[in-house]
Amino acid sequence: MTSVSELCDLCGKISDLRLSASDMFDFYFDLPLWFRLVLQGTIVILVLFPLAAACSMAERKISAWIQGRPGPNRTIPPFLAWIPGINIIRNLGLFQLAADGGKFTFKEDPVPGNVNKFYFILAPILSMIPALSTIAFVPFGAYFKTLADGTRELTPIILANTDLGLLAVFAVSSLGVYSLILAGWASNSKYPFLGGVRASAQLISYELSMTLSILPVFLWVNAPGGEGTLSLFNVVQTQSQPGFLGGMWYIFLMPLSAFIFLTALFAETNRQPFDMPESESDLVGGFHTEYGAFKWSLFFVAEYAHMIVGSGIFCLLFLGGWNPLPWVTLADTANLLGIAGIPLLMGLLGITLFLGKVGFFIFFFMWVRWTLPRFRYDQVMNLGWKKLLPLSIANLIFYAIAIAVKDLYFPNL
Amino acid sequence: MSDILFHLFSLLTVACALGVVLNKNAVASALCLLVCLTGIAGLFVLLDAFLLAVLTVFVYAGAVVALFLFIIMLLDMQGGDRKPFTKASIVAGAASVGLLCTGLYTFIVRGHIDSPALSDTPAHGSSLRAYAELLFTTYLLPVQIVGFLLLIAMLGVIVISKKFEGLEDIK
Repeated sequence: MTSVSELCDLCGKISDLRLSASDMFDFYFDLPLWFRLVLQGTIVILVLFPLAAACSMAERKISAWIQGRPGPNRTIPPFLAWIPGINIIRNLGLFQLAADGGKFTFKEDPVPGNVNKFYFILAPILSMIPALSTIAFVPFGAYFKTLADGTRELTPIILANTDLGLLAVFAVSSLGVYSLILAGWASNSKYPFLGGVRASAQLISYELSMTLSILPVFLWVNAPGGEGTLSLFNVVQTQSQPGFLGGMWYIFLMPLSAFIFLTALFAETNRQPFDMPESESDLVGGFHTEYGAFKWSLFFVAEYAHMIVGSGIFCLLFLGGWNPLPWVTLADTANLLGIAGIPLLMGLLGITLFLGKVGFFIFFFMWVRWTLPRFRYDQVMNLGWKKLLPLSIANLIFYAIAIAVKDLYFPNL
Repeated sequence: MSDILFHLFSLLTVACALGVVLNKNAVASALCLLVCLTGIAGLFVLLDAFLLAVLTVFVYAGAVVALFLFIIMLLDMQGGDRKPFTKASIVAGAASVGLLCTGLYTFIVRGHIDSPALSDTPAHGSSLRAYAELLFTTYLLPVQIVGFLLLIAMLGVIVISKKFEGLEDIK
């Protein structure tokens, strides 16, 4: 990280920087593979976890902003109050976030008397596993890797670069439903139980339309004759081609797919207007009614982690991932800025662009939550099975025919 | 490393499979099945069959067991107080154990699979493309038949479970 700050100061000494960066890379790639993997995984979790926690403060501030009130802006440790300009941090509620974190950690964590203890404690732990492990299959940036013969190859920044990318994400995230079911069942009380049953019904229902809605994207990506892939990196690559159709983001090409996917994403992450498992106004707190303190905050963080990963996948599929604008790729931008030869800077640029888009979608999630009223349970089921599912099947058939026609008659388009 | 992992996963799979049968609590059984399926997915990964592993987790662990749990919770099964053994169940149990033992015995004594060299074996389970190509060429007919069977079963369930009282209901 020192080389990053160096660069900010010393724009003129780029050649020095290259040397120090390459030394750093050599040192890093000499480490054993397992150690690098563990290190990478730990770093990603160490970023994702606080980011998810910070989302809770963002939610409070944004809800306040939408409702025309200031939101949390009072908390400050007294021994810091003398620092000039610290009011900005105070008004942002960052100290409130720290205080919340402290509260959740140190507060008494009671286990109600009649619960099934083992599963009651297992449920919040289980909620963290899919939330934090799906990120392994999500690429969040790219950089040029110089090969032995001097050519450059765009390489994704990702923990596990598999061919099955998206399928693996769906597979792991589909396990998230168990924490809700178990929490509802183990609490041994009526409201959590209803929340758990609703959770399982809702999550299974919307998984279908979610999966079907993105199939057109992969029909488009996997041109005949190529090696079939579900990799998210390849999806971004096909949005970074030259030409009108090549550089187009898929949200313009397949708006209906994007819409269905986004709607199903709201349902899968239990966000309003689909928060059936929680239903604060009729089920107290839904599946987590009996939970408090740290265990409750684990559920909370898991929900935001799901949101972050879900928004990330939406950006990769439909918004060109780390490409700054439609028809403008990251590689072009890096060449323009003259940083294509410095993997560190190009990677940082990609990650920043990607996180910017993800951040917007986090905001979008909250915007919708504080704007739309909640659906009733039967409305959720009707929407899922009778509207979104037929719509996504029709969408799939339409694009299958359209892509076949395009390949047959306009192969050069 | 992969040897250790193989033993770990197979131990997990077998132990959880036993747990499915031996647990008295239906929810605990379903969760054992979940861990068992995850163990099987791990074994698939060790065999480089990533697609099968992911599909096992996606379809079975992610959806089927969730449905099991949903039904168990919805019906609130308490286990009932039937006698654990009846005459019929003892006979059926003995017969099936006998059949299983005979099958295993013949498999061990006479079973022989010509195993070609590993390099000659096409890895259909690892690549998405190879798998999809087989589904749409060699196995097209079985896939279609299974699909129709499932559709018929689904329609059957709807017809049986829904009470039709008048002509209006059918519409």
